[in-house]
Amino acid sequence: MSRVHVTCTINGDPIEFLCDGGQTLLDALRDEVGLTGAKEGCGTGDCGACSIVMDGRLLCSCLALAPEADGTTISTVEGLASGDDLHPLQQCFLEGAALQCGVCTPGFLVAAKALLDRNPDPTETEIRYGLAGNLCRCTGYDKIVRAVQTAAQTINES
Amino acid sequence: MTVTEPKPSYKYIGTRPVRHDGVEKVTGRARFAADLNLPGQLHGIAVRSPHAHARIVSIDTSEAEAMPGVKSVITGDDFPAVAPGDRNYDMCVNVIARDKVFYEGHAVAAVAAITREQAQQAAAAVKVAYDVLPPVLTIDDALAPGAPVLHGHMLTAGADPPAEEPSNISNITRFAGGDLDAGFAAADLVIEREFTTQPVHQGYIETHACVADTGQDGHTSIWCSSQGHFNVRSSTATLLGWETTRIRVIPAEIGGGFGGKTTIYLEPLAVAMSAKAGRPVKMVMSRDEVFRATGPAPGTRLKVKLGVQSDGNLVAGDAYLIYTNGAYAGPGGLLGAMTVFESYDIENFNIEALDVVINTARSAAYRAPAAPLTAFAMETLLDEVATELGIDPMDLRLQNAVTEGDPSTMGFPFARIGFVECLEAIRDHPHYTAPLGPNQGRGLAAGYWFNIGESSSATVNLNEDGTATVVTGSPDIGGSRASMALMAAEVLGIDVYDIRPVVGDTEAVGFTDVTEGSRATFATGMAVVEASRKMVVELRGRAAKMMGVDVDDIDWVDGQAVYTGSDGEKDPLPLAAITGKAKRTGGPLTTTGSLEAHGAGPGFAVHLCDVEVDQETGVVRVVRYTASQDAGTAIHPSYVEGQIQGGVAQGVGWALNEEYIYDSDGVMENPSFLDYRVPVASYLPMIDAIIVEVPNPAHPYGVRGVGETGIVPPIPAVANAIHNATGCRLRDLPMSPIRVLDAITSNGGSKGA
Repeated sequence: MSRVHVTCTINGDPIEFLCDGGQTLLDALRDEVGLTGAKEGCGTGDCGACSIVMDGRLLCSCLALAPEADGTTISTVEGLASGDDLHPLQQCFLEGAALQCGVCTPGFLVAAKALLDRNPDPTETEIRYGLAGNLCRCTGYDKIVRAVQTAAQTINES
Repeated sequence: MTVTEPKPSYKYIGTRPVRHDGVEKVTGRARFAADLNLPGQLHGIAVRSPHAHARIVSIDTSEAEAMPGVKSVITGDDFPAVAPGDRNYDMCVNVIARDKVFYEGHAVAAVAAITREQAQQAAAAVKVAYDVLPPVLTIDDALAPGAPVLHGHMLTAGADPPAEEPSNISNITRFAGGDLDAGFAAADLVIEREFTTQPVHQGYIETHACVADTGQDGHTSIWCSSQGHFNVRSSTATLLGWETTRIRVIPAEIGGGFGGKTTIYLEPLAVAMSAKAGRPVKMVMSRDEVFRATGPAPGTRLKVKLGVQSDGNLVAGDAYLIYTNGAYAGPGGLLGAMTVFESYDIENFNIEALDVVINTARSAAYRAPAAPLTAFAMETLLDEVATELGIDPMDLRLQNAVTEGDPSTMGFPFARIGFVECLEAIRDHPHYTAPLGPNQGRGLAAGYWFNIGESSSATVNLNEDGTATVVTGSPDIGGSRASMALMAAEVLGIDVYDIRPVVGDTEAVGFTDVTEGSRATFATGMAVVEASRKMVVELRGRAAKMMGVDVDDIDWVDGQAVYTGSDGEKDPLPLAAITGKAKRTGGPLTTTGSLEAHGAGPGFAVHLCDVEVDQETGVVRVVRYTASQDAGTAIHPSYVEGQIQGGVAQGVGWALNEEYIYDSDGVMENPSFLDYRVPVASYLPMIDAIIVEVPNPAHPYGVRGVGETGIVPPIPAVANAIHNATGCRLRDLPMSPIRVLDAITSNGGSKGA
């Protein structure tokens, strides 16, 4: 079976990779591009651990086929920090102990960034619904919601 | 935080530094097991039984073996035989079936190929002929006269008289104290109720994964996600019939476990295929496999009877507990018996607990195993008693709560415990008296978990520049690296960020038991403190040499050697000055601590939950939640709070939503996060965690385990809140909308009796 050639932009870098026609975008990111920040928790779009943003839209990358990425612009958790400077969300997650095992964290950060990009000053309820596509089994969400609140405040004040 | 007694002033313990592994985890760089790939790696997939109960007639792998890319196919025949009744039998045949399959999803073979797709196709081409047997799916099925017996060798342990015929009851536990009849005779109120609960899954977000690489010399390395890599090593060696030294297990970051990763599933399969193919083999479970083939917590049927005097004094308790442990013997009933009456001073009691096997996945530990269910029974019964007697539920618990010196169910006296303090912390919280809205109700419940110690090892290495590396054998599931660093910093007197806490592989650190029983910060923490204290002794000796004085005249203060002798003033020697001269004073500075930890302080928790019930749909929403828990001493309070909050969320899911659903053939019908819904952020409110600190006398810094107790009270807290809101007592889990609506409807649709 011949492989599909995909050209896209990931975290600002031009990227080319080959994939199988039936391969998920998540598997391609992890296995072909080498970006393992996005995780597979379910493979059915129910846990959000594989969240990425493709052409401005928050997406479970396990639900997209890799060839669909051709010509798109993608951001993943690996692109959140600028060099050594962590994004305020990352900093607030760390300082607020908003992660325990950490496996859902990349998905939450990507989803939270997408939320703040479209709603810079969300209420607690808006945060909870904005992150309802992401499962965390460790934290009970309390510290995650607070970290997003603090990050929003930090970003808005800067 | 509620501090109940004066504690030593600590410099680092009780602070909230950013965890040492944090940056890697927020940047996506932390390496979980599935993130690792090795050159030449094959992809392995298990072939799983579609039947819940069947005899394996034959397995034909020839077609699969001939398919493109396939490098290894294995079945149970590739492993040493294990006799029924052998103590390792259950673990061995659960990993890969031999003559029978005991649940849908039971692995019967495995295939490794160059690509995952090739492996999937080959797995589908493995031909297994089954002689399908009637499945045993419920407690009633298992106990029915003439029921199919899962294991022909299973004679009920603890049966009196001893069992002569095999049955589906693996174990009977009996505990008794006092005079039960006299106790009930002295009671003014006797209430007996029955409860049922369904199996639930731990629901860790990371599925099981490993990479195994067996070299030409037969030595194997395994990278995997587990709660204890030494256990992975010994269990894998047992399954393969290998010496332990042939296997090195390197812990990857672990994406949640909650007890479900205290056992093994994939590793021996990957190793066997790697050995056969001469290449590394990676195996990653799908979510579907995780649900069908790994660790649900047991389902139960619990009957509990309480005798109470009119002043609220509990005088008698009788419990008959049945736990399903899935396909093999398990400890559910035993643990239920150890927890059901443990929180209260009940002089006259009788407990009988049955452990039953059924044709579902072998149950695994889940956070305070068995205790949330006995608490469901006991704490809702207490609520009913309080209502009947017109006593405040808080007062009823305060009156009967166990305190230091009271005997436990097993007879030993409790050391210093913090149950009363946890109750008081909730009673004194503004939530306790806050007004409720329409259709809202408030529920109070307590919980107990005994916690355990076990074996732990730690190594402290001081580096040339005065920093330290602390190596332990406990995987970091929820911030334990930070706890280890904080305790080492406290002893050594150096900054917590000058300490690098590391989880060592099985060849890099001394034996360490699985992270279970909330033991990591307690027991492994003790090993870290021991190694650090030995280091301080060593440092004082080196400093004495450098100063040319007697070691008895050296104290270790705030990270410096201070001369206290009478021979004039001497400049203190900071740690870095000593490490820099280590070559001249005796060589590298390395100490170890290895111990069997005793005295894990029991953990108590008290929760207060407000729910709002939609009277038309039966939907229950938790609107406010406050939880107190005795942590002994909170080493890193943020992660203690996190454990409490996480336990609450899991408990609320268990209470309202989560359950395994099987069809009549024993096929799981909801093996996905779409159909098995765990709580999401929009489902929960903030969870106010109150840390109570009643130091554990057995730990150098007073630590009690905190990982598990938090999941014990939520189910009854929610049930009691639903009663308070609707007048309905729900005694079957989950308390799903349909059940709540049925209860409201049959109760006259209002806040009745």
